[in-house]
Amino acid sequence: MKKIILPLFLVVGALLCGCTDTTSHSRAVYMLMDTSGTYTAELKKAQAIINFLLGTLQPGDSLAVARIDTGSFSEKDIIQKVTFDGRPSMSNEQKRVFRQKIDDFVASVQASPYTDITGGVLQAVEYLNETGAGRKTILVFSDMEEDLQKGYVRDFPIQISGIDVVALNVTKLRQDIVDPRKYMSRLAEWEKRVNAGGGRWRVINDLERLERMLEG
Amino acid sequence: MEHFSMLKGLSGGSILVVAVVFLVLLYLVRNQAHKSIRAFCRVINNAMRLCASSVLQAEKRLAQRNREVLLAGGMKEVEAELEREFQRVEAVVKHDLQAYPSFHRKMADLVTKIDEDYASSTETPLLPPAWLSAVEAFAKVPAGKDSGVAMILGEIHKTLEGQQKTALDEYRKSSAVRHGLLEKIRPYCRSLSKNLEKVGKTIIGLEERAKIIDEKMTEYEQIRAKSEAATRKLSSSSLTQFVIAGFVMVIAIGGAIINFNLIALPMSEMVGGGSYIGPYKTSNVAAMVIILMELSMGLFFMESLRITRLFPLISNMDDRLRTRMLWVSFTLLLILAGVESSLAFMRDRIASDMEALRQSLAGAEVAAIASRSLIPTVGQMVLGFVLPFALTFVAIPLETFIHSSRTVLGLFVMWLLRMTALVLRLIGNVAHYSGKVVISVYDLVVAPFLWVEKKVAKGHPVEIKMSPKEEASR
Repeated sequence: MKKIILPLFLVVGALLCGCTDTTSHSRAVYMLMDTSGTYTAELKKAQAIINFLLGTLQPGDSLAVARIDTGSFSEKDIIQKVTFDGRPSMSNEQKRVFRQKIDDFVASVQASPYTDITGGVLQAVEYLNETGAGRKTILVFSDMEEDLQKGYVRDFPIQISGIDVVALNVTKLRQDIVDPRKYMSRLAEWEKRVNAGGGRWRVINDLERLERMLEG
Repeated sequence: MEHFSMLKGLSGGSILVVAVVFLVLLYLVRNQAHKSIRAFCRVINNAMRLCASSVLQAEKRLAQRNREVLLAGGMKEVEAELEREFQRVEAVVKHDLQAYPSFHRKMADLVTKIDEDYASSTETPLLPPAWLSAVEAFAKVPAGKDSGVAMILGEIHKTLEGQQKTALDEYRKSSAVRHGLLEKIRPYCRSLSKNLEKVGKTIIGLEERAKIIDEKMTEYEQIRAKSEAATRKLSSSSLTQFVIAGFVMVIAIGGAIINFNLIALPMSEMVGGGSYIGPYKTSNVAAMVIILMELSMGLFFMESLRITRLFPLISNMDDRLRTRMLWVSFTLLLILAGVESSLAFMRDRIASDMEALRQSLAGAEVAAIASRSLIPTVGQMVLGFVLPFALTFVAIPLETFIHSSRTVLGLFVMWLLRMTALVLRLIGNVAHYSGKVVISVYDLVVAPFLWVEKKVAKGHPVEIKMSPKEEASR
């Protein structure tokens, strides 16, 4: 009997090892919040989006929220980041803490004079690649108008292969209302940059359809 | 299209010449073309007929095999039923008729006792005293004025009255004794009647069993004789069983799905919600494994009870070993039910925590968890405990489903083979008649040349030698 059982266990073990999926099923989301100028007034909406993400993401997923300011290519701009625990009870606790941190940040945020979106995206790519998640998404909560401080270099191609970049709540600026082509060319420019970098570009302005953020 | 573009460059006359040349060529190779077309169609037709015949042969073999399996299964079933009936008869005989000699003795004793008591209770008429005739003679003596005689007569009268009273008292006493004896007979009679009634019932029961055995024996004989009626009956019974067992299985699958949903979430608390085995969450796989283990234990439990016989090894086991296995499977089932009940409790807690989080994220007021009713929690726990035991009974329809599916699958494959044969024959026939149609169309195209040939042949009749085969084909 022992002669049969041992090989049987070995075969079953081998089969189980063979079945183990090497692709990651987890999801990682990095959200960039524009804190420049008048856009800080929109942060309440960003809070709602973060709450939606906290309700949607599953144990094992990762979430990071960072601000876009003068120089966004920095870890210091990450407000809160977490990889949710595999146990649902622990994961719920982590979500509660996360939410509290974001609430505190929104309550005390200071407007930044410049908007370094590219730097934020680069920081996001770095973080997302480190998570090793199967599906990676960058959410950019901004008007997508980049305003760099003198000396900052951002006019180079960015590598964002395999990452979804979703622009959220892209508000129309005063000059956009005067000439809508500026708004369109701004979005087209970003789309071109993202696609050239190997990413997938989407714009969601209707915040009633947040479930579309994580599709694809 | 390229061929047509080539023709575009040609004039009308040239096209006509090409067409005539083409028709002449067709006419010249007419016999060979006919032969080729006929041969090609015959090849297809024969191949199809051969295939159809082969498929029908396979269908026949399968039908024979199915019939054998069906009859063997039916025979086994009837044998089991007969065995059970004989066991019942044996039990009745053992229980009631084995004690027949003692019962007979008891009955005989009762009858003797009743007989004796009855004999004792018969009324014996009182004999008149012996001196009565003497008194009668003396009473005839005329008293007259003789006071002595009157006195003697008075004494005699008194004595007679006393005697009468004594006789009456004795008669009453003997009547009371007789009634007492008759009273004693009553319970014996009741007992006798009860015993007779019991024997009557047993005999009637045996008679009914004998009728059932007779019916089963007739069925058994029909199956042994491999009669068509028996096959039809068994086949129809198999189909009915398949449908019923399938229906119960669907219900059981529904139960298993509910069971799965009850334990999948809490399993993520144990094995982690972020890990995967293949494309499936480890927690889901673990929940499924627990349910399958419960099903397996249920199967072993039923096998150990000899309710089902899916594993001959278990049903053929030594009784002691089988009883041990019964207890082991029951204990494991009990443990799994306990685990599932705990998981159901955990699920309720996690679900309420998640709901509270969702509500807080949505900005709604969170209801106090403490104030929640305990009914859903207890309900889930009870469900978690009961479902594994309920799933145990799936073993019965599963066995029926497996056994009947052999017949149903066989019937389906037979139908499929018959359909295949039909389609193959159809293709063969279509090929055969298509060849005839093509030949006719061919002749239609070269009809002018054939007409000329006919005219020429009429002018110069030439005997054409044909092979017997060609003649036959004509």
